[in-house]
Amino acid sequence: MASLKALRMRINSVKSTRKITQAMKMVAAAKLRRAQTRAEAARPYAERMERMLASLGAAVSGQPDAPRLLVGTGGDTVHLLVVISGDRGLAGAFNTNVGRFARTRIRELEAAGKTVKILAVGRKGATFLKREFASRFIGEMSFAGKKVVGFDDAAEVAAKITELLDEGAFDVCSLVYNRFQNVITQVPTAQQMIPGALPATEDDAQSGPQALYEYEPAEDQILAALLPQNLAVQIYRAILETSAGFYGSQMTAMDNATRNAGEMINKLTLNYNRTRQANITRELIEIISGAEAL
Amino acid sequence: MATFQLEFVSPEKLLLSRPVEMALLPAAEGEMGVLPGHAPMIVALRGGVISVREGGQITEQLFVAGGFAEVTPTRVTILADDATPVAQLSRADAEQRIAESEKALAEAQDASPEKRDVAMDRLLSARAMLAAAQAA
Repeated sequence: MASLKALRMRINSVKSTRKITQAMKMVAAAKLRRAQTRAEAARPYAERMERMLASLGAAVSGQPDAPRLLVGTGGDTVHLLVVISGDRGLAGAFNTNVGRFARTRIRELEAAGKTVKILAVGRKGATFLKREFASRFIGEMSFAGKKVVGFDDAAEVAAKITELLDEGAFDVCSLVYNRFQNVITQVPTAQQMIPGALPATEDDAQSGPQALYEYEPAEDQILAALLPQNLAVQIYRAILETSAGFYGSQMTAMDNATRNAGEMINKLTLNYNRTRQANITRELIEIISGAEAL
Repeated sequence: MATFQLEFVSPEKLLLSRPVEMALLPAAEGEMGVLPGHAPMIVALRGGVISVREGGQITEQLFVAGGFAEVTPTRVTILADDATPVAQLSRADAEQRIAESEKALAEAQDASPEKRDVAMDRLLSARAMLAAAQAA
């Protein structure tokens, strides 16, 4: 049995761990709320962008020289996976989940004879995938050290993807990220971005007869300007969901850790008290038997 | 006076949503005034100032670096890349932007025509920003 001093030290160390995890939980909860507000605030833009794209899509559908961002290269051999993960750890299985999901997908694609390339956004996912797929990496981006990830950062990722598309580096591009379902559930999801599907026009029944828009400049020019923006919007949304999910996951993980630390403290305290009592009893026996021997 | 709903959104948040009487937009092919009942249009915006008229006078002036607008008879939705109230523009900022975009344009001289266009648009937008800052 451990000595009293060792037990006392153990209890103290678990107590300070509990303090840290508790503080981290509070911080994660506050940041989660902020991340959720930001995700909420970004929704109107995405919705309106979608509406505009829908009406534009109806106008240009069927044209043979549609932009590449919309129809892709026509091939289906090289797949680019943009894996978005957290930059930091201590968030339960959050980063591992998205990493595992990406791994399964890469294996599936490669089993089907496709070439896979990886663009990792976020440090943790990058480290995870590098262990196995380092040769498939074509880029790595991270926003660690930034306080808030803004739309500019998403636009940067989008610009990189567009550049790669222009070079003909891939045929199909999809986004792999943790979709934020609620605070305790994040679902790893793959979302295809290029070739993208234009959102269908809303049901005419409720919005009345579809308005016929005039375009200035011409449809295809607007579409060409709108598509990269749309790509950035999708990435921005994925980044925001990842950040909200990350803090949700971190909050849950830290809550569990705090509870486990509490249990550990109880067990150790019990053990400590038992040992203390045993020591007292033993001392008493020693004294009594010593007195009797005289 | 009749009004229409003006919605002003940036990727990061909804900036403005209220009924107004008139909006002046810097459309890609020239300034455009929108009154209620305007024909449906989708336009690209260049860098410039968006003015909003309510109660017979201009109540709001925002600088946008670029974006898109959807016009319907009852609503105008502006998707702006970034918007700053004109009063908050600073000349130093604008001049810095011009310098940056001029440099980018010089670098893009040998690049593809598309890239040059993008750089040119940036420069024009930065110049519009300086003009707006000086006027304010």
